Amino acid sequence: MTSRTIQGQKNLQKINQASKDGIGGSPLRPDGALKVRGEFAYSSDMWHEDMLWGTALRSPHPRANILGVDVSEALKVPGVYAVLTHEDIPGEKYYGLEIADQPALAIDKVRYHGEAIALVAADHPETARRAVKKIKVEYEVLTPITTEEQCLDPETHGYVHEPHEYKSHAYGNVCHEQKLVSGLGVTDEVRALADVIVSGEYEVGMQDQAFLGPESGLAVPAEDGGVDLYIATQWLHVDRQQMAPVLDLPLEKVRLTLAGVGGAFGGREDLSMQIHACLLALHTGKPVKIVYARDESFFGHVHRHPARMRYEHGATRDGKLVFADCRIVLDGGAYASASPAVVGNAASLGHGPYVIPNVRMHAIALYSNNPSCGAMRGFGAVQAAFGYESQMDRLAEALGMDPVELRQLNAVTQGDFMPTGQEIDAPAPVAELLQRVKDMPLPPPLDLEHPDVRTLPGALSNTSHGEGIVRGVGYSVGIKNVGFSEGFDDYSTARVRLEVIGGEPVAMVHTAMAEVGQGGVTVHAQIARTELGVEQVTIHPANTEVGSAGSTSASRQTYMTGGAVKLAAEAVRHELLERGRHRYGWTQTDLSLVGGKVVSASAGVLISMVDLLGDDAVEQTREHHHRPTVPFDKETGQGFGHVQYTFCANRAVVDVDVELGLVKVVELTAVQDVGKALNPLSVVGQIQGGCTQALGLAVMEEIVVKDGKVRNASFTDYLIPTILDTPPIPVQILELPDPNAPYGLRGVGEAPTVSATPSIVAAIRQATGKALTRIPVRPEHLTDTL
Amino acid sequence: MEFLRPATWDEALAAKAEHPTALPISGGTDVMVEMNFDVHRPSAILDLNRITELAEWSGDGETVRLGAAVPYARIIEELSGPLPGLALAAHTVGSPQIRNRGSVGGNLGAASPAGDSHPALLAAGRDVFVEAESVRGSRLIPIDEFYLGVKRNGLEPDELIRAVRIPVADGPQQFSKIGTRNAMVIAVCAFGFALHPKDGTVGTGIGSAAPTPRRAVEAEEYLRGVLAERGLWESGELLGPEVVRRFGELVKAAASPIDDVRGTAAYRRHALAVMARRTLTWCWNDYRKQIRSAA
Ligand SMILES: Cc1cc2nc3c(=O)[nH]c(=O)nc-3n(C[C@H](O)[C@H](O)[C@H](O)COP(=O)(O)OP(=O)(O)OC[C@H]3O[C@@H](n4cnc5c(N)ncnc54)[C@H](O)[C@@H]3O)c2cc1C
Repeated sequence: MTSRTIQGQKNLQKINQASKDGIGGSPLRPDGALKVRGEFAYSSDMWHEDMLWGTALRSPHPRANILGVDVSEALKVPGVYAVLTHEDIPGEKYYGLEIADQPALAIDKVRYHGEAIALVAADHPETARRAVKKIKVEYEVLTPITTEEQCLDPETHGYVHEPHEYKSHAYGNVCHEQKLVSGLGVTDEVRALADVIVSGEYEVGMQDQAFLGPESGLAVPAEDGGVDLYIATQWLHVDRQQMAPVLDLPLEKVRLTLAGVGGAFGGREDLSMQIHACLLALHTGKPVKIVYARDESFFGHVHRHPARMRYEHGATRDGKLVFADCRIVLDGGAYASASPAVVGNAASLGHGPYVIPNVRMHAIALYSNNPSCGAMRGFGAVQAAFGYESQMDRLAEALGMDPVELRQLNAVTQGDFMPTGQEIDAPAPVAELLQRVKDMPLPPPLDLEHPDVRTLPGALSNTSHGEGIVRGVGYSVGIKNVGFSEGFDDYSTARVRLEVIGGEPVAMVHTAMAEVGQGGVTVHAQIARTELGVEQVTIHPANTEVGSAGSTSASRQTYMTGGAVKLAAEAVRHELLERGRHRYGWTQTDLSLVGGKVVSASAGVLISMVDLLGDDAVEQTREHHHRPTVPFDKETGQGFGHVQYTFCANRAVVDVDVELGLVKVVELTAVQDVGKALNPLSVVGQIQGGCTQALGLAVMEEIVVKDGKVRNASFTDYLIPTILDTPPIPVQILELPDPNAPYGLRGVGEAPTVSATPSIVAAIRQATGKALTRIPVRPEHLTDTL
Repeated sequence: MEFLRPATWDEALAAKAEHPTALPISGGTDVMVEMNFDVHRPSAILDLNRITELAEWSGDGETVRLGAAVPYARIIEELSGPLPGLALAAHTVGSPQIRNRGSVGGNLGAASPAGDSHPALLAAGRDVFVEAESVRGSRLIPIDEFYLGVKRNGLEPDELIRAVRIPVADGPQQFSKIGTRNAMVIAVCAFGFALHPKDGTVGTGIGSAAPTPRRAVEAEEYLRGVLAERGLWESGELLGPEVVRRFGELVKAAASPIDDVRGTAAYRRHALAVMARRTLTWCWNDYRKQIRSAA
């Protein structure tokens, strides 16, 4: 083998040019074209010879005792292979993301509308559905516990989890509680320091993730007595951890492979049909597929916590915040799911990105007989942002100040302390984000003389030809944590392999990261290209053969698993260069891998990677841990609880038909600091998507629950924005590196979902003069016809 | 489940006579959704898609005979002139995919109070007829007698809808629909309005605000009276805010909406009054322009 050295600046320049598809580039998603063409295989498209179809019987009641379940008629239906109840569960009967309080199948009682009671496997989905209808359940229907008042008075209204069954760490019907006090707290003396005090009560409705790909998966029983599950999820390893004890199998016999995920947004953090499909598969010895129908999907996953919030803010005459007092009540529904983390976020981020010398906070999540709520994009922070940003506007009005200036005056910046006592030790350009969003050009003014009906509220529904239309503009900013907080070590693992395939150096990246649309697969390849100087990168299917990649949530995957890929790739590079040094006696310390070659900055190309690798692959596996955090003190909320903070500022321009209460968001501008845009196109996509989901919460998205019953479990009546509701979303990104993060990057996905909703509501308030203390804003709120 | 695919209209009628519980399917945009939701488990499905004449329309200058299966997309493209109210309504239906498949025949078959064709058909005048046919023969059901209850219509079990007969517009027509998003939305409530200068009447239709689509009869009568008494048809004078307001109030009074997940009864009443005022104003302005340019 020879080592040639190419000298000459020109050649070197060419070689030194990093791949345009490395980090900072915008290569397209590998699955993009397939998805657009409808050729991408989602989890619901899977098929296996001899497979059965599973389905669940679900409770029509939000709260009832189960007096008896008779499955005999269902078993008689030809084509039915199994009907299972909780009695057929071989192992543990309860599971849960943080607290194992949810039965895999209802035991003696149901706690929410849609809770699964029994399972059927049959040779055809229709047969399974018919058989489910033949299962006879005798219920003793109880009055559901659904309101805050009822939940907080269990003596009168009862317990969602009786005291002897209660598994969480609070009390009564409270699932989790977090208090926080900073500075002097909020006392009469502190209040007296403020010249102006504003208070308000705010309410957030129950938003749904509304992913398009329903819950689905395929469980295949294995010869070793274990099971292989192909599943659309957000975190393979934590699914397995919850499943194995219920299936009474050791972890290694429960093998998960990621199937095509059709959206997640937090809704796949909890288990849905995973255990059910595996129970049926293990029981029948046949592969079992489960695909939820749309209505079942609305019952089969957790939603965003509805919230009731009370805020009081005090400021000096010149606008400096003096104190904030806040109580946030989140309805967690029947089971804990992610409620503790949601409460933690609400409590620790619930005052927004502002310097407030004196703070008191009390956040709780309730147990109720409403649908369970858990993870959804921006959780805890989204609800609170509607509260504190509404308050900022109220305060600005009370002070006669410009709302953007008021925010800038109080904005946190690097070196400031959060009310938790945590120093913000990375860039926090909150005031600058606001300035930039304010300075972006406004869309052309309304032309009421010659309006284009299609662009007005109502659009082709033809409700206005200009009558009643008023324009409004609103601003907001938000804060979100990145990664899992409060002492959780949510590490990620990556395995990177480098070898010669077809005469070219090819990197293979293997992680268990759930690609749910966020673009991790694109970014992993970019990282491998940059770190290893190769063009060809293969992404191995995500499965449990490699260590955990943590959850695809909390804006953490690029940071955490991207970071692991970087570490593993660096280790591969190190090993390869060591091999070269060892073999060829290179002494240069300025070596890098570029364009498929080993390059010395001073001496030029030393060897091609193909020659250096020969037939030997180099493979390394690394774990990436973020810096440690600690739990918040239960009473004071103090503690270094968060890994990283992220900020986004928005401006919304809306047109409102003030007579009909119809809203058209005309433009929604976003400015966000992303630390480093690994893939600028994806980053803009994330921000635009996050803004759109925030728009949905602002003006239309709500699961309507009455007396514990879901009233709109369909896309006919759970409305999400269409393209006609989605305005242009100009995005400006700032790249101020965070020294603690790989490449200086900042998690991107959630910040706009936190910040954009309040800007839209602020704009509607400006147009209508209405107080608007509840989201989603409905036409009824704008026309006083509730 | 049997799947019947008649090749001709006569075969379809024969099949329906033989299987009166068979569920006809045209565009399938209601049928398939309801089957998916397990609302129907019909013994048989009667596919009308092979019968090409159902997807045709004809006109003699006075009346359009609209085949039951003509999709909304073609109504918008081909019939905006003679049937402006219906075409505006068609514009608001679902998405491009739904407008390519969905039909007025299907809307009538479903007879949902939220169907968008209905207010436009009601407003188009008293001479709108649903042409229902069976092996026993054909009959014309006046549109006012067609809607019997929530998702119930005046068809006999052996009957199919052949076409709808709608008078060609003799004056301006409008249609407005409220939805909580700007496209692809089932009406919270809707309103159709038409001026009929030929016989000096006006037409109205209320959608999604009563168990069936219905006419605002008193509002029609009031306005007909005012237009006649004040000679406004001839003069083309402005109606004045009081007339417009009163008309809106009467439309509102004609509705009997409920509270549901899509909206409150109070909002529906309120919105109907607003839509009534606006559509009346637009139509009257257009009418004034017409007679002034004719003068
Ligand atoms: C996503 C979506 C959005 C929608 N949006 C709207 C909307 O905005 N506004 C609206 O009004 N509707 C809407 N719909 C409902 C539907 O599209 C309309 O009602 C449409 O007019 C139905 O027409 P079709 O040809 O598809 O009917 P089909 O589904 O084929 O049939 C509907 C009913 O009519 C019966 N039927 C059909 N043809 C005949 C016939 N010739 N004789 C007798 N009975 C017959 C069928 O048996 C069935 O009961 C929407 C549907 C979907 C899926």
